[in-house]
Amino acid sequence: MAATFFGEVVKAPCRAGTEDQEEEEDERRETAEDREVRRQLARKREVQLFRRQTKTSLEVSLLEKYPCSKFIIAIGNNAVAFLSSFVMNSGVWEEVGCAKLWNEWCRTTDTVHLSPTDAFCVFYHLKSNPSVFGSCPRKNMQVTVLTCRHVTDYKTAESTSSLHSPFLKALKTENFKEPPCCSLLEQPNIVHDLPAAVLSYCQVWKIPAILYLCYTDVTKLDLITVGAFKPVLSSRSLKGLVKNIPQSTEILKKLMTTNEIQSNIYT
Amino acid sequence: MFVPCGDSVPDLAGFTFLMPAVSVGNVGQLAIDLIISTLNMCKIGYFYTDCLVPMVGNNPYATAEENSTELSINAEVYSLPSKKLVALQLRSIFIKYKSKPFCEKLLSWVKSSNCAKVIVLSSSHSYHRNDLQLRSTPFRYLLTPFLQKTVQNKIKSLNWEEMEKSPCIPEIDDSEFCIRIPGGGITKTLYDEGCSKEIPMVVLLKFVSEGDNIPDALGLVEYLNEWLQIIKPCCDDPTASALQWKMPSSWRLLFGSGLPPALF
Repeated sequence: MAATFFGEVVKAPCRAGTEDQEEEEDERRETAEDREVRRQLARKREVQLFRRQTKTSLEVSLLEKYPCSKFIIAIGNNAVAFLSSFVMNSGVWEEVGCAKLWNEWCRTTDTVHLSPTDAFCVFYHLKSNPSVFGSCPRKNMQVTVLTCRHVTDYKTAESTSSLHSPFLKALKTENFKEPPCCSLLEQPNIVHDLPAAVLSYCQVWKIPAILYLCYTDVTKLDLITVGAFKPVLSSRSLKGLVKNIPQSTEILKKLMTTNEIQSNIYT
Repeated sequence: MFVPCGDSVPDLAGFTFLMPAVSVGNVGQLAIDLIISTLNMCKIGYFYTDCLVPMVGNNPYATAEENSTELSINAEVYSLPSKKLVALQLRSIFIKYKSKPFCEKLLSWVKSSNCAKVIVLSSSHSYHRNDLQLRSTPFRYLLTPFLQKTVQNKIKSLNWEEMEKSPCIPEIDDSEFCIRIPGGGITKTLYDEGCSKEIPMVVLLKFVSEGDNIPDALGLVEYLNEWLQIIKPCCDDPTASALQWKMPSSWRLLFGSGLPPALF
């Protein structure tokens, strides 16, 4: 409890998370109907995999149907723009699946017809190169994750205003033996959410994986932030996949302009 | 589920299992950090679960460049076979409604591993104390009925204060009394599970407020040390004994980055 300037006593938020006693009391007061609602919500929140072209769901996991040796994941607009312009514009990529999910934060209640601006994930497979989504079993798979974070999330002894962003940091699992393309993320910095979930899975199940994290002070799609990922092009995972860098830069510039027009607040 | 680092599952029979509750001030977790860091415990595996928010970072106990690049996740298990100690560290908060399933799965594993006893390090909101508690030591303990008699007697000989029961519904005058641990996170759930699964368990907690909780963590490990004697106290001076605990390198910048010089 804490007293505010005006003298009223308020409950201070606890760093350790939500008050579990309230959760316990909620559970005790729950009726069968409440439990059914909760079960239905949990089912609605399950991630579904399907093929957009046929609108059918995938019966087996994606990696079982398309075992691969290189699995690259881009999370967030700048990471996705980098992958689209530099990697996926070299060679022919075929869409093999799509994941959609719904949770209470989605602005739509429709879990069936999610629009492209909603939480979305599309899986592509390189048609011409069998080593990417090829026939190698999961044991030889290497995972690369690309994502961005705001520079204020980065903890350092100097003030964050003195940092030259954007800059790249890496985190790798024990089985990833290659040298990273940038320096490793120093303690006490940590990563949460989907990139952390992927890396945790890979660390526990001994899959070589690396996360390239770009700290930037721009949250929307930005040329300089996307450019900060360029050192990753020299990594073993992406080296063979990128053919024409000048063409990629042009494609990236076009992506930026399209995006800028769409973000006009008057439309 | 427990996933070992190496190829074989380590034998934890007869070990003392230490763990934190994610509670007010994160005192239990800080205390476990101190224990793992001071005793230089070795990571033996992961408790891979979907009940905790995912989180990764580099080795929080790094002492040199060489060992600073090992990846750590949100729930890891460390051990010190020479003292028959095994410690679980939890580094993130529970996902809503997942704390009870977590406690059930964890205690099932601990029981099947034949650990001798479980010690839960925790904390509780200091503002919930009644008048008597305000005037006494801030440390409390709780024992499950299945604790070995020798351990029970040893704890009783230390003259510690047992956690008092309080009204289940404080607003009602003739409410029943029960154990309540406000701000204790999963502590109560673990204790209840421990009782129903017949697990020898000791809960050690301190009444704290949110803030700089490092002194609280030091206090809690000293309290534990009074009983377990994990490290030999060098002398009676309390300030000197606090210096024996090694703070991990990850405790840097607990309150954020450096300040911009222009502020001044």
